[in-house]
Amino acid sequence: MSKIIQLKGRGIVVRGNDLDTDRIIPARYLKEVAFGNMGQYPFYDERFGADGEKKKHPFNDERFSGASILLVNKNFGCGSSREHAPQALMRWGIKAIVGESFAQIFAGNCTMLGIPTLVASPDEINLLMELVEEHPNHLLEVDVQKNMITVDKHEITATMNASAQNALTEGTWDSASLLLSAKDKIKEVATQLPYFNNFGDGQ
Amino acid sequence: MTKQTLFDKVWDMHTVRTLPTGQTQLFIGLHLIHEVTSPQAFQMLAERGLGVLYPNHTLATVDHIVPTAFQHRPFSDMLAETMMRELEKNVKKAGIRFLDLSSGKQGIVHIIGPELGLTQPGMIIACGDSHTSTHGAFGCIAFGIGTSQVRDVLATQCLAVTRPKVRKIVVKGKLHKGVYAKDVILRIIQQLGVYGGIGYAYEYAGPVVETMTMEERMTMCNMSIEGGATVGYINPDQTTFAYMKGREFAPTGEAWDKALTFWKFIASDTDARYDDIIEIDGKQLEPMVTWGINPGQAIGISQKIPTISSFKADDQKTASLTLQHMQFKEGESVLGKKIDVAFIGSCTNSRISDLREAARIVRGKKVASHVKAIVVPGSQAVKKAAEAEGLDAVFKAAGFEWREAGCSMCLGMNSDKLVGNQLCASSSNRNFIGRQGSPTGRTLLMSPAMVAVCAIEGRVADVRAHV
Repeated sequence: MSKIIQLKGRGIVVRGNDLDTDRIIPARYLKEVAFGNMGQYPFYDERFGADGEKKKHPFNDERFSGASILLVNKNFGCGSSREHAPQALMRWGIKAIVGESFAQIFAGNCTMLGIPTLVASPDEINLLMELVEEHPNHLLEVDVQKNMITVDKHEITATMNASAQNALTEGTWDSASLLLSAKDKIKEVATQLPYFNNFGDGQ
Repeated sequence: MTKQTLFDKVWDMHTVRTLPTGQTQLFIGLHLIHEVTSPQAFQMLAERGLGVLYPNHTLATVDHIVPTAFQHRPFSDMLAETMMRELEKNVKKAGIRFLDLSSGKQGIVHIIGPELGLTQPGMIIACGDSHTSTHGAFGCIAFGIGTSQVRDVLATQCLAVTRPKVRKIVVKGKLHKGVYAKDVILRIIQQLGVYGGIGYAYEYAGPVVETMTMEERMTMCNMSIEGGATVGYINPDQTTFAYMKGREFAPTGEAWDKALTFWKFIASDTDARYDDIIEIDGKQLEPMVTWGINPGQAIGISQKIPTISSFKADDQKTASLTLQHMQFKEGESVLGKKIDVAFIGSCTNSRISDLREAARIVRGKKVASHVKAIVVPGSQAVKKAAEAEGLDAVFKAAGFEWREAGCSMCLGMNSDKLVGNQLCASSSNRNFIGRQGSPTGRTLLMSPAMVAVCAIEGRVADVRAHV
């Protein structure tokens, strides 16, 4: 599995606090048994009207096409646990998200997909947003190891959940095999937990 | 061992090891799956050649996409039919117990776990649905997960997770008539904010919580996630034990005695240490209603919608966007707003006690002629129990539609959806833009009793005049 240490790309700005996962991907697009098509759906109802006509939205804006670093505000991804939300963003092209704060399940889902979620202060996020809106062609550099975002001459120090950071930079973010490597210990806990064995009732 | 919270004890007991990342490898005692967030997880397993480690400790049901009017197979919605078939295929192959539509036990996953006695104190429960926090009502650590995590649980019965802090929320005093568990949790979210719980597990305590029934406790814990806390729990007590007794999957005989000892042991010590403690006065509460696009945007029914300028500078833009979507004005009252739809259902409020209270209010009355009103019981068992008491007849006589069990209009994944900018009085948990199936639809969250009153009046009204 790849180590995610540094990411470079153009930015895209989606402003607003408490942007929930229903807005990131409306529930009707969850009716698929695979994630393959999810890249078509991010922010669908904010991008398209009832007759499919395009609305004004950063994800429809030519200036941001090909962008991979998403800039957001507070409590991004709140609501449903649907992994479809980060899947939709990732499959659209997003590789990292930088914001004021993230909802917990959303951030956890991002980590599982190898998408770092970095947190910076409201002022710094605003600065980054203004820079990107003004110069959408400028490259942002996200250093996951150093918790640093660089654009033009600006260097912004961010924070990140330490274990998510470790998982990404060590390449253990896809956790299934890591967890399975402790099979004996898993069995030990399973044996010790009274309810897992019906409290000794051999049904 | 003293000074430990329930959270500490249960977490430690389920800790397999500390991972090199600093996360905990946490053992999951009960895994619940449904049709929307599991098919991709089974695909991931297949791609990696992994099997299901403990198939007997995963339970499947179908809730999100099931139609609640006509359930004949194949479903008329082919996308829903495909999801259904995929789940049927996956559970059969893996040997996972599946409570399907023909079982008589199907329902919203967070309704059936408790009613079958599968949900038990001291467990760690995970499910690919954020309202898994519901099960915390029994003194569990229960939380929602994404699909890659569903894969991990299937393959390893474990998750790599970060330990949260614990905040105790003490609800003092006593609730007035017409004020319900739903109002308490809406008030907590309004006060602490929709992001206030990020990084925390919430322990609900105090006299108001201790005197609640299990169904009321489930309503409280259910909406923890709306306050940002992935976990919300209540210490198990006599109310919990009495609820457990005799449930299909609850322990019996000697095992029951052992279980009881274990359940008593895991409760928080009286001198337990918390990272934070907050007090709320139950006597101050009135029926709550949301006016906005997240569950924290709530007010007491007699209060006015806040003015834009009363918000912090960085929240003002969101507030004006909210009012624009809701077609409301700052400073006005929600009371009296004409509603189009009334929805009683969802994993928050579709249990038998919710239906009884709503039925008590609508008995002998008529739904306003311009209102579409539906009742969607949380499970087949709830539906059956309600019909045995004649509640279905009460609702139907009043003009409500009486449906089959499912998530329904809480999230609009079946044909139960708002149309255009309809305003819906809803007993569900989320008033997000587009949540109820129409991008311009508008949701007012409230208790099921309040929804019943709104349906009759045809506009937002105060339930206290009816109790």
